[in-house]
Amino acid sequence: MFFVGGGLALLFRWQLAYPEKPLPIIGASQQYLDEGEVVTGADRMWEKIYESEQEEWLEVNMPSGVVEPAFYNMLFTMHATIMVFFVVVPILVGAFGNFLIPLMIGTRDMAFPLLNMISFWLAVLAAIIMTVGFFVPGGHAAAGWTGYAPLSSDPQWTGVDWGQNLWAISLLIQGFSSMVGSINYITTIINMRAPGMTFFRLPLVIWSLFIVAILLLLAFPVLSSALALLIFDRLAGTTFFSATAEGGGDPLLWQHLFWFFGHPEVYVLILPGMGIASELIAVFSRKPIFGYRSMVYAMISIAFLGWIVWGHHMFQSGMQPGLGSVFMTTTMLIAVPSAIKTFNWLGTMFRGSIRFTAPMLHGIAFVSMFVIGGLSGIYMANTPVDIFIHDTYYIVAHIHYVVFGGSLFAIFGGIVFWFPKMYGRYMNDVLAKIHFWLTFIAFNCTFFPMHILGVGGHMRRISNPMQYEFLQGFEGMNIFISMSAFTLGFAQLILVFNFFWSMYRGKVAEQNPWQVNTLEWEAPTPVPHGNFVQIPTVYRGPYEYSVPGEESDWISQAQPEHAPATSGD
Amino acid sequence: MPTNTHGDDEHGHGGIHLPDMSYYPIILAAGLTIIGAGLMTIVPIRFPNGKRPELAAATGTYEIKSEHGEVINTSTGLSNKKLLMWSFLGSDVMFFGSFIATYLVYRNRSLVGPYPADVLEIPITSVSTFVLLMSSLAMVLALSYIQQGRQKMGTFWIFSVVVLGAIFLLFQVYEFNHFGQLGLTPRTNLFGTTFFILTGLHGAHVTLGVIWLIFLGFGSIKGSLRADNAIDLEIAGLYWHFVDIVWIVIFTVIYLISARDVAPPGSVPFVGH
Repeated sequence: MFFVGGGLALLFRWQLAYPEKPLPIIGASQQYLDEGEVVTGADRMWEKIYESEQEEWLEVNMPSGVVEPAFYNMLFTMHATIMVFFVVVPILVGAFGNFLIPLMIGTRDMAFPLLNMISFWLAVLAAIIMTVGFFVPGGHAAAGWTGYAPLSSDPQWTGVDWGQNLWAISLLIQGFSSMVGSINYITTIINMRAPGMTFFRLPLVIWSLFIVAILLLLAFPVLSSALALLIFDRLAGTTFFSATAEGGGDPLLWQHLFWFFGHPEVYVLILPGMGIASELIAVFSRKPIFGYRSMVYAMISIAFLGWIVWGHHMFQSGMQPGLGSVFMTTTMLIAVPSAIKTFNWLGTMFRGSIRFTAPMLHGIAFVSMFVIGGLSGIYMANTPVDIFIHDTYYIVAHIHYVVFGGSLFAIFGGIVFWFPKMYGRYMNDVLAKIHFWLTFIAFNCTFFPMHILGVGGHMRRISNPMQYEFLQGFEGMNIFISMSAFTLGFAQLILVFNFFWSMYRGKVAEQNPWQVNTLEWEAPTPVPHGNFVQIPTVYRGPYEYSVPGEESDWISQAQPEHAPATSGD
Repeated sequence: MPTNTHGDDEHGHGGIHLPDMSYYPIILAAGLTIIGAGLMTIVPIRFPNGKRPELAAATGTYEIKSEHGEVINTSTGLSNKKLLMWSFLGSDVMFFGSFIATYLVYRNRSLVGPYPADVLEIPITSVSTFVLLMSSLAMVLALSYIQQGRQKMGTFWIFSVVVLGAIFLLFQVYEFNHFGQLGLTPRTNLFGTTFFILTGLHGAHVTLGVIWLIFLGFGSIKGSLRADNAIDLEIAGLYWHFVDIVWIVIFTVIYLISARDVAPPGSVPFVGH
């Protein structure tokens, strides 16, 4: 059963995630310390490795420690692919979903435990295949995480052969893992709620996971079809995406199929984060979520509208302006429910008795960083503006503000928040707060200047921007970004250390240390097989904090009316 | 930012023409804000706060019989397996939809032959379509008999579905072969690739369904598929009907709508054998 599995899955995915993080930083840093002009400790380190058995690989890809352009292509491709598909989705949807859903809706297990296991092991298989791709001749996929054809469909352009195939196969399998998991989540949430747990008494994080499961279920098949067509093009000689071959095809088809999946996918990345942020903010403001129903409807509208905006990734593809304005309108519409949620978070905090615990800091950071990311999104939604900033670092800044500033801060906050439930101990508070502040400051130093780079014309996916005279003025800023990025990467080690150290040496926590209403805190710690000693009955909503006239500032969902306000331990 | 916003010549061409300053946007924004504030004041919006304890008793859970014979609680009265199959079919709709959309996007864009009018034969495919439709009827009968506990008839009709499905697959195999001999392969042109991948994917789904039904048929003979766990047959039935409906859509799109497509302008005409 997967309550413990959820916690363990977290560990596993952590391992998968963090090895990848140094890569883009090294790539970025190498690019800016290039040509061996600046001899730093890093260069001397490379020379040492250079003499060892990794020599040949290094000589090809990083002669004298300088990153070759082809290698750089592989670095940013794999960074994004691994982060999107093997870090954010598995942690938010896989780990948090598996852990929280049965506990928060008050049931003993997921609807289909065997399918759940299949979903997990398929994800492992996909990760293994993706990792193998690093070691094949020709290197790993190098066509960007978006894998545009014909760069991805014709090996001659990237020089990558099996790497790209493995990339596609791995994502296909990961897609099956997600789809199987989604079916499980949907069935569980619809059909296995505890007595009294109506849909509108569900915690917002469960709503977000429910909506995300539907999105994944319907969006991944489209990616699967695109990947299948890509594999056929690469291995079976078909011409779906090749405009030049005799069979005739259209590269634009890839973009449509990919982004029809891709846009709902990015809402998958952010929605559980929004759910977690809602939990954190309500709990640590000791106030009900402002506008619970509108939060739910806002998430539903975001999910729904997410299907009709995919063209905004394709403004530069030669579409006629009329179509562009349609996508521009729908994209700007999506800002409305997001704004509703933002104001509701603020309304939740307003006049609350805020406890500035580490999870709360992460929750507040989520809201503020997500807003910045959303604001840059408004600029990008504007077709004429996008013509200038498309494929520049402005887009990179946006992506990272919403995914790192949004989803990742929510992940960090969620980990620190639910750690006592998983392991019965608190994470070390001082370390958690140091980690937060270091991450927050380094994150902003890394990604805010990218807005400026982007507007200045600094394009994406380029290994040596200094070859262009008009970008040479940005060299200093690039070095600053790289240094901040290194700091950001190393700051995460604090969290990893804190996580493992606290598992064994953390301060022991009681059953409900944060005094939270939701059902998972009714289960004993650590959570046993079968979750609850006795399935609770739900009498109220999840956000009954600071109810006037009540003695305690929190009331568990399972507490019947007019019972003595004990702590429910 | 370029400073030359009014261009080189007197007509303003050659530079960037920015629109003139306008106060409309900010006035509009302020006006909308006032309207919004006003609406929120006078239109009462009430959201129940989810406190009603009497609901705890009213919205209990429904009890249904699971296929293992025990009573389980569900929030909706539906079985989990049915929800699973419906969700999966939802995703499969998107999957097939992508390939059907691809077929339609690439319609009339093949550069060389054979073109649909040269190879597609509606009469033969109509027969196979009819066979598949009849297999759905057999499926309904099979389910009905199993649910009534009439094992013998149920087994017979389950295997009828298998046989009819297999006949459909044989038609497909014949068709693929025939087209290959006429010169149409997945690599020939866009019609070939999209046709073969779409019908091939459908055929794979049919094959999986046939195998599943064979297992269920033997289960019915052995007695492991009975009236009280008929739901296992029911979800196979849902899958089978879905596969049938997809075929109807494919048949309509490929055969009825595009079967008369000939060489589009600018392409090489097809010289048949």
